[in-house]
Amino acid sequence: MATIHLAVNEKPYSVDTDPQTSLLTVLREHLDLTGSKYGCGEGQCGACTVLIDGRAQRSCITRIGTVVGKKITTIEGLAEGDHLHPVQQAFLDEGAMQCAYCTSGMIMSAVSLLKKNPDPNEKQIIDFMEGNVCRCGTYSRIVRAIQRAAKAQTPAMAKGVSR
Amino acid sequence: MSAKTKVGVPIEPERYELRVVLPYRFDLDRRDFFRFLGAGIVVVSVLQPAALAQESGGARRRRGESLPQEINAWLHLGEDGRVTVFTGKVEVGQNIRTSLSQAVSEELHVPIEQIEMIMGDTQLTPFDMGTFGSRTTPTMNLQLRKVAAAARDVLIGIAAAQWNTGPQHLVAEHGKVSDPQTHRSLEYAALTKGQQLTQTLPAEDPLIPAANWKIAGQSTPKLDGRDFVTGRHRYPSDQKLPNMLYGKILRAPSFNATLVSADTKAAAQMGATVVLDGNFVGVAAATTQAAESAIAAIHAEWKSEPQISNKELFDYLRKDASQGKDPGGDGDHFETGSVDQAFRTADHRLQQTYTVSYIAHVPLEPRAALATWDGDQLTVWTGTQRPFGVRGQLAEAFHIPEEKVRVLMPDTGSGYGGKHTGETAIEAARLARAAKRPVSVAWTREEEFSWAYFRPAGVIDVSSGVRSDGTITAWEFHNYNSGSAGIRPYYEIPNQRIIFHEVRYPLRQGSYRALAATANHFARESHLDELAHALKMDPLEFRLKNLKNERLRSVFEAAAKQFGWGKSKTPGKGFGMGGGYEKLGNIATFAEVNVDKDSREVKVVRVVSAFECGAIVNPDNLRNQIEGSNVQGLGGALFEAIEFENGKILNGRLSEYRVPRFSDVPVLETVLLDRKDIPSVGAGECPMVGLAPAIANAIFDATGVRLRGLPLVPNGLKAS
Repeated sequence: MATIHLAVNEKPYSVDTDPQTSLLTVLREHLDLTGSKYGCGEGQCGACTVLIDGRAQRSCITRIGTVVGKKITTIEGLAEGDHLHPVQQAFLDEGAMQCAYCTSGMIMSAVSLLKKNPDPNEKQIIDFMEGNVCRCGTYSRIVRAIQRAAKAQTPAMAKGVSR
Repeated sequence: MSAKTKVGVPIEPERYELRVVLPYRFDLDRRDFFRFLGAGIVVVSVLQPAALAQESGGARRRRGESLPQEINAWLHLGEDGRVTVFTGKVEVGQNIRTSLSQAVSEELHVPIEQIEMIMGDTQLTPFDMGTFGSRTTPTMNLQLRKVAAAARDVLIGIAAAQWNTGPQHLVAEHGKVSDPQTHRSLEYAALTKGQQLTQTLPAEDPLIPAANWKIAGQSTPKLDGRDFVTGRHRYPSDQKLPNMLYGKILRAPSFNATLVSADTKAAAQMGATVVLDGNFVGVAAATTQAAESAIAAIHAEWKSEPQISNKELFDYLRKDASQGKDPGGDGDHFETGSVDQAFRTADHRLQQTYTVSYIAHVPLEPRAALATWDGDQLTVWTGTQRPFGVRGQLAEAFHIPEEKVRVLMPDTGSGYGGKHTGETAIEAARLARAAKRPVSVAWTREEEFSWAYFRPAGVIDVSSGVRSDGTITAWEFHNYNSGSAGIRPYYEIPNQRIIFHEVRYPLRQGSYRALAATANHFARESHLDELAHALKMDPLEFRLKNLKNERLRSVFEAAAKQFGWGKSKTPGKGFGMGGGYEKLGNIATFAEVNVDKDSREVKVVRVVSAFECGAIVNPDNLRNQIEGSNVQGLGGALFEAIEFENGKILNGRLSEYRVPRFSDVPVLETVLLDRKDIPSVGAGECPMVGLAPAIANAIFDATGVRLRGLPLVPNGLKAS
């Protein structure tokens, strides 16, 4: 047991737990941030994806002790007030979900991709997203949503307001 | 289906559907109802037999006291203009929260944002068998349209009385009743003020024909989509209560193992609540991690017996049937014409065997439940397609009346037929009773793989006889274990013998999206292709020659046109088709595959589906369902199979069990045939059944290799 200090969605938190505990468990059980989902526990499905210093990581296989001092962003921290992130909006516009249990992980992965590559082609999207599973099979819609978000983001990024 | 094939005993739609007794229990009386919801107008819809009983005066005697007990849906119009709809159906991603709201919005003439759906709460919603079998659209959608239409007429009646005019002069529009002659109008909220009215269906309100729909028939986006893209929606595994503990269960090392002894002292010393009750060993603790540590501290001894492996599976299934076991009851045997005679006189005969493996549903959200007791009253939030069935299981498990159990079903992370049972609900409730605190049990992926249930594996023997002109004259079809859904052909065959054989099976098995229709269509549509090739006939021409059903012909023709059937192709490419009739829908699927010359890797590059399910309720959601059926179906067709040995699942995790991913997805083209003259039916299952045979037939077209087992190419296509 140790007291661990975290910065999640730009808010400070202190958690008493074993440093070996997964980030996903801490988010869901200790911080009640349940938007990140458990799907497999071995980094194979992407439902638990969060951003750590802006890069997509599987929170289920990330030990909490390794993210102290890093900037953690979850699905709950993506929108600015009522204003959805362009990727969130694009998922709505493309109807890119069914049960939507994979959606928060898909969105976080897509945000990470677009940070790295603001204008990915289809193959780059598929390669990057391969680790995220949608059992309902909405993959083609998700690809379209990411393409749509890329287009929507381009003018915003030019003005330097990317997130 | 022809008149000839209608004779004989109909085969039940699916034997693996879990049996539940219809309890027809309904607790609220009329006064409670208004106390709960506030004043307003209530319209209820009763089940058909009850409706008949009511005609003879049965339920009417209780008028003013209680509501009829056989209600299957109801709607409340509040004094604030809000519309609340109650149905026992549940949302698992098929988007019925939206499509049912569209139906109500259409008939009630009220903006869709004013409608709230209360779904799958055994205390608040009427009894429902469950959300499966593609029944929501043909039944509940229709019921709710009737309920909404009746509510609209009640409102018009109130306005007519207030204005001293005939209801025929008034119209309902945009949440208002107005009189076009006098230009008077009143909002629904105003008309509802001070009312405590109940109206019981059936009423003879004509529904709006599909051709005139304005809201139904449109691609309304998922109504609460924003809650999902922001992570705000709470799935069953996200549910919490104050003072809640996390539960874990000690799992047996293999199926059918019995507990010999368990030492739980160390676990109890760690501060966990420990329950040892029969074969059940579980703990509850303040965190998941503490619960896991407590489980790890339990020393248990189990006894188990040797069990078969997947390598012996198909022999095992068939051997059991031949060992004198009754090959199914009367309901499983269908025969027409003179089958043996027809085989003798056929110009060509063909006999082949097809197999399907066990596969897992892998719902991305594993089973989860949160249970809490208040005295002897139990409340459970859980992800299930049968909340009322789970209520029954809980009542049975705890020896309490069903009235003491409330099951709530938050919109869940998918099911695909795999969440009909209440294992986690029972586990959480057992631990909560011992801990005297709420307990949440969320299964791991490994638990979901091993302790849920599988799509049944099966062996299918098909024999056929044809004339040289391509007319099928004899058909014999034996299905061992996989199920009887979709077992009967839609082709015109005068002499048929169809038998489903119920046999002993090695794994826990149950419903899976499209049930056995996937296996039966795979065998039938592969066999049709084999026959066409044996006769040197074009597979499409051969099918149409033996197919009279106009709706099915239409989808085959539409898909062929979109696909460009008959076009030339480069080496390594193959084209194939499959299709059929299932759950009242009609599907034709055409696939294009690429087989790599060197690696023999098979890639499905393009899939064209033509689907017809009557009048379309929501075109974009329908496309989404068809695309999803194809993507999910791709896994079972190409590479999904459960491996097992001695009662253990050998590939029960996502790193070992391959499911379709982004790179597997072909170009998906969907042709929708909108039949506004035919009542709407469901679409969650039927579109799946044509895919596997279409791919198998395309692989044959590309390579000349005929594959007769699902999955077709778990390790790529071996050179042969």
